[in-house]
Amino acid sequence: MSKMHVKFTLNGEEVEGLAEPRTLLIHFLRENLRITGPHIGCETSHCGACTVDMDGKSVKSCTVFVAQANGADVTTIEGLTNPDGTLSVIQEMFREHHGLQCGYCTPGMITRVHRLLQEHPSPTEEDVRFGIAGNLCRCTGYQNIVKAVLAAADQLNAQKEAAE
Amino acid sequence: MIPAAFEYHRPADLASALSILNTHGDEARVVAGGHSLIPMMKLRMTEIGHLVDLQDIASLRGIEVTSDSVVIGAMTTQHELITSDALATALPIIREAALLIADPQVRYMGTLGGNVANGDPGNDMPGLMQCLDARFTVEGADGPREIKARAYYESAYFTAREEEEILTKVTIPLPAAGHGFAYEKQKRKVGDYATAACGVIVSGDGASVAMTNLADTPIWSEQAGTALAAGDVDGAVAAALAAIDPQEDMRGPIAFKRHVAGVVIRRAMERALTRAKG
Repeated sequence: MSKMHVKFTLNGEEVEGLAEPRTLLIHFLRENLRITGPHIGCETSHCGACTVDMDGKSVKSCTVFVAQANGADVTTIEGLTNPDGTLSVIQEMFREHHGLQCGYCTPGMITRVHRLLQEHPSPTEEDVRFGIAGNLCRCTGYQNIVKAVLAAADQLNAQKEAAE
Repeated sequence: MIPAAFEYHRPADLASALSILNTHGDEARVVAGGHSLIPMMKLRMTEIGHLVDLQDIASLRGIEVTSDSVVIGAMTTQHELITSDALATALPIIREAALLIADPQVRYMGTLGGNVANGDPGNDMPGLMQCLDARFTVEGADGPREIKARAYYESAYFTAREEEEILTKVTIPLPAAGHGFAYEKQKRKVGDYATAACGVIVSGDGASVAMTNLADTPIWSEQAGTALAAGDVDGAVAAALAAIDPQEDMRGPIAFKRHVAGVVIRRAMERALTRAKG
């Protein structure tokens, strides 16, 4: 089967390449573009380790063909650090509150939380748990992830207020 | 988990999509959100020669609330259903049900049209659409036609839609103002299909009861609705249970499913009655 030319925005920059339409977005990111932040956990749409942000939606990149992402605006964990390379507020709060142990789910988790906090800037604990229900963590029991997300929301809101 | 190779098409309008389907016949399949189809392709349970992606067809999107109905484009996502305040005001049962589907990532991609069109008995929207007496518009080379949700499902994955037709929109008549509603679902974990689920609407005009994943199609029970409208909850639960035909699978044996169904149906009916005004 012939390859198609794909082109999309990745972390603010245009990327392109040749791929068979059946190539999954996660494989294109990791193998063609060497963007290895999004992980392959289950590869069956369950675990959320491969979560990326696509056109303002959190999506499981193991369940999207690269052909479908043609022309899209994609952000991965690599695009979520501060411009100077330091940790973003969400990343810093995961570190501070021990919101990870082995770290395998963390890139997908933080990419999901990034979108969740855009949509719910002041979430309740229940909002957080419901909002990250598509991301599995087998280490933490989620308690410290929830703490980290709530702390990140507080800090982002405080920053916003200070800027106004 | 790599699917078999296919040709990819992304038509810009419905006419082009229909023409691709006509050219390639049963070699071609449309993809909406892809969260039922792509996993099946990855497991190689489905092989497709030509995949027709509907994402660029703007006419398939949107939610329109009028005084007596709601019209929802087939490509409208579950996330869009959940976040539409106009829809939540007119038909709150849709948000209640959509929030129980899969997980956030899947709801950003999964669409109403995909959920109702493919005939998977595990999907929640088919039962809900039967409860609401919705109509599906399917469009083929000869133009559009309407099929009632209650007449659409023939058996698992077999529906009244022809291969070369595309389901374009769903039209839902609005229940009476102040209607009571509930969609109750029992599932083993986030992301699972229902062990049993039930949608209920009650109003001065009557009652409607439909169930999900308790047979190889959704089940709408006229008798359950009649009994519930007469205030006979026990009779309505009994009628609903008489209409289902659950099969043993990894969600449990038949006796267990019947037990769970009884609990879920009663909860849905009682919650709908509590919410009904007048």
